[in-house]
Amino acid sequence: MAKVVVVTSGKGGVGKTTSTAALGAALARSGQNVAVVDFDVGLRNLDIVMGAERRVVFDLINVVQGTAKLAQALIRDKRLETLYLLPASQTRDKDALTEDGVAEVIAELRVRFDWVVCDSPAGIERGATLAMRFADEAVVVANPEVSSVRDSDRIIGLLDSKTLKAELGERMTKHLLITRFDVARAASREMLNIVDIKEILEIPLLGIIPESEEVLRASNLGAPVTICGRDSAPSRAYFDAARRLAGETVDMVIPADKEGLFTKLFGRRAA
Amino acid sequence: MRLFRFLRPVSSAPVARQRLQSLLDYERRLVTHSDLIAVLHEEILAVIARHVPVDQDQVQIRVDRGTESSNVVVDVEIPNASLATASFWVHSARTQAFADDARRWSR
Repeated sequence: MAKVVVVTSGKGGVGKTTSTAALGAALARSGQNVAVVDFDVGLRNLDIVMGAERRVVFDLINVVQGTAKLAQALIRDKRLETLYLLPASQTRDKDALTEDGVAEVIAELRVRFDWVVCDSPAGIERGATLAMRFADEAVVVANPEVSSVRDSDRIIGLLDSKTLKAELGERMTKHLLITRFDVARAASREMLNIVDIKEILEIPLLGIIPESEEVLRASNLGAPVTICGRDSAPSRAYFDAARRLAGETVDMVIPADKEGLFTKLFGRRAA
Repeated sequence: MRLFRFLRPVSSAPVARQRLQSLLDYERRLVTHSDLIAVLHEEILAVIARHVPVDQDQVQIRVDRGTESSNVVVDVEIPNASLATASFWVHSARTQAFADDARRWSR
């Protein structure tokens, strides 16, 4: 039986899709069967970030409405055979998602996989609430920036009230994933630091992903950063986060990209 | 003047933290407990008003959210003059009830 994890944030552009792809691939790397599900109906992007945009035939809405079988809509990753993508529809809107339909799809995914990672759309409307509705755990993605932290707080409130788990009186396990973190700027107090964000949001830390150009490079190439830039700082941070998600105890360190002598002397732009 | 940029303090993060904390304190109360607070306020006010003349603004309720549990703090402000009259109120209410009963029995 799979564990269903929703990757959510409230605010857009903080790294939900990047994190879903990276965590999904990192979990699949350990040999477990992983399905990443795009809930951003109408604005799908998990397919392009994972390099599967030309292989989409059927999507989540087809499965929800019964016009395609789950097996027809799932796309197996070309690099990792235990990693699957269930894409969102690009031509429909969020109203095409029904609660019963989503419940059925999630139930079916639970049987077939070890992990189901749901990529939530931004906002707090139907798409976002249905993405979190049947989750066992939540990864709240936040940037060290006031608007992102405020929206994360709102999402935490919804996770504690609008999910099935919350309505049954159970505790929703929430993890904080801080992305685009700049160690130097946080140290000089130009940027909120980890302690600030942790104390404000009051949920345990899953990982700290350093700001890195490797993330953009990976999405340009259509691969999760944990596949294409495996030794890069963000990739190592995502692998650590995935291990913590699986219940391992891993020291919280912020990996740094290794700089060569040339880069040190002339800066990255020169290369 | 760009020349004097170095004089500007760079540590804006403490300001961000402080602003976030006070804002979220407020918003959490507003969002999470809006219904509960309103209902509690109304009912507690009604109970107190039965014994002491009290104004709506004199009963304050807030929720301090913690990680495991939260504290609901009820703050009731009663002027000393009202406290002194409170016992008289209760007494007179009883006397009135007694008088009503007596009247009913005498019929």
